[in-house]
Amino acid sequence: MGTAKHWLDEPRNVRLLRRLALAVLVLVLAAELAVQLKPHFAVEGLFGFHAWFGFFACIAMIGLAKGLALLLKRPDTYYGDGDD
Amino acid sequence: MTDILIHPGLVLIGGALLVACLRGPARGAVVVLLPLLALALVWQLPDGPAWQFRFLDYTLTPVAGDPLARLFATIFCLAALAGGWFALGQASRLEVPAALVYAGSAIGVVLAGDLLTVLVFWELMAIGSTLVLWSSGTPAAGRASRRYLMLHILGGVVLFAGITGHVAATGDVTFAPMALDSAAQWLILAGVLLNAGAPPLSAWLPDAYPEASWSGTVFLSAFTTKTAVYVLIRGFPGAEILIYLGLCMVFYGIVYALLENDMRRILAYSIVNQVGFMLTGIGIGTEMALNGAAAHAFTHIIYKALLLMSAGSVLYMTGRRKCSELGGLFHSMPVTTACGIVGALSISAFPLTSGFVSKAMISQAAADGHLQTVWLLLVAASAGVFLHAGIKFPWFVFFQEDSGLRPADPPASMRWAMIFLAAICIGLGIWPEALYRLLPFGVAYEPYTAPHVLAQLQLLLFSGLAFFVMLPFLRRTLTITLDTDWAYRQLVPRLAGQGQRAVLAVRGWLAGRRPGVAAGLRALAYRVYGPDGGLARTWPTGSMALWVLVLLLGYLVLFYA
Repeated sequence: MGTAKHWLDEPRNVRLLRRLALAVLVLVLAAELAVQLKPHFAVEGLFGFHAWFGFFACIAMIGLAKGLALLLKRPDTYYGDGDD
Repeated sequence: MTDILIHPGLVLIGGALLVACLRGPARGAVVVLLPLLALALVWQLPDGPAWQFRFLDYTLTPVAGDPLARLFATIFCLAALAGGWFALGQASRLEVPAALVYAGSAIGVVLAGDLLTVLVFWELMAIGSTLVLWSSGTPAAGRASRRYLMLHILGGVVLFAGITGHVAATGDVTFAPMALDSAAQWLILAGVLLNAGAPPLSAWLPDAYPEASWSGTVFLSAFTTKTAVYVLIRGFPGAEILIYLGLCMVFYGIVYALLENDMRRILAYSIVNQVGFMLTGIGIGTEMALNGAAAHAFTHIIYKALLLMSAGSVLYMTGRRKCSELGGLFHSMPVTTACGIVGALSISAFPLTSGFVSKAMISQAAADGHLQTVWLLLVAASAGVFLHAGIKFPWFVFFQEDSGLRPADPPASMRWAMIFLAAICIGLGIWPEALYRLLPFGVAYEPYTAPHVLAQLQLLLFSGLAFFVMLPFLRRTLTITLDTDWAYRQLVPRLAGQGQRAVLAVRGWLAGRRPGVAAGLRALAYRVYGPDGGLARTWPTGSMALWVLVLLLGYLVLFYA
């Protein structure tokens, strides 16, 4: 297996995959025009709610994590070997 | 009443002693057959108390069957089976027997009809799990197992105090739902929550589990937290505090996992995250929510074991566990990569996987109860699960950036155990009725509706987009993130050190300035604490009896005073 090139190592295929992924994103958004959603709450009725809510929730969580890291991040040798 | 004579949990615990004596193929056969035998026994349990006897003034019910107990006992048997299968090549002779004791006592807890039996098996579980961790044999595992044991003994003592108080107050040992109207019941809750990995002491879990061997972590992930979930479903359904604790755990798990570099610690944080979903469901407390929590515990045990098996395979083949040292493994480990991805999709609740059919019931229960904030937070958290476990774990371990490592897939026993669990993940996703039929309450829920599938796909795929957009901010660094375990790993030892230095300084000062006083103090300390000192020598039984007599007399005087 060692030196054989995997099809995922080919930049052309990776580009193709990336385009495919973007197309799927557009597709799941567009599908909302065809599928009647059943919102539990008013906010869920906004177009593409799950898409943009998920997207921004993730960005917010990464932001929160980076903020916490400023305070609590330490080198992974922090507790050393004789930590007890 | 005495139809059942063989306790499924005791079969595993007794079998563990047998396994410890065996070697070679016979050992492997027994390891795989024992959980199957236990599973068959679980399914022969009738509903209601199956075995009762009098102990002291109480009627104990060590075995009682009902759908909830059967559901958890079933998944524990399956976890023991898959874990034992995966660990067939484990060189440690202690780990698998310890894991069988651990699994058997977890089954003992879920079949228990009274609180005393719960307590006994609870403590046995702590011993089994500590041995699984300790058997890994590395110095780091030795230290981690001491910290793990310390915290679980603390939790056990709190639980013991709570159960004692509860039984003393009510005279009833039956394990029934509690209304949280006495201090004793709060103590029971606190003891159970410690095992569930709830704040403020969640840190024991990501501290301990990743230190176990490549197969040990698979066992550890299955039983302790899920037994706690079971006790909460049975004892505290609808306790509102669990909603808030659960939501804290959900986001704690995500944020810490996002910052983590150790692949198995990422998955450990994600256990806390997933148990948070279950706690939220238990706190909501409706039939739909409790069904959701129980179903999620079931599916979680399977996909988390699968994820930890894929991580364990990587560790077994490469000896590395840091994301920053891994990457590109899909080239040479196709089976491990595929199974890891199935586990990652399941934990993210992708349609056609097991997580999709279980987690949705918890969100649905929040929506049915008009808990808008809880519902929004659960949706955000579902996005976060995909972020930290669904993409981050497989991406950094199996794909980018190529580490140049080209290890082969692990041996057949490990590969087939993974394929077995991956098949269950997909099977339950395609055929959820198989799981729904086992749940404690009747299920009137259809996960595969067009709006639900579309909403979930939008949520997950755009979370994936967020991951790749933010990839520069998720660079892997050689760091850890401080947690509350800092208090007992750093703060207390540091304070003790300072205290010792202060005492030495005072002694030095006294010896220099007032030698007479220093010598006097030393002599006094020697008289009290020395070999023949009052606080160090052994006491004859007679003097102990005398002091007990004095105490009792004092009590009598106070009583009548």
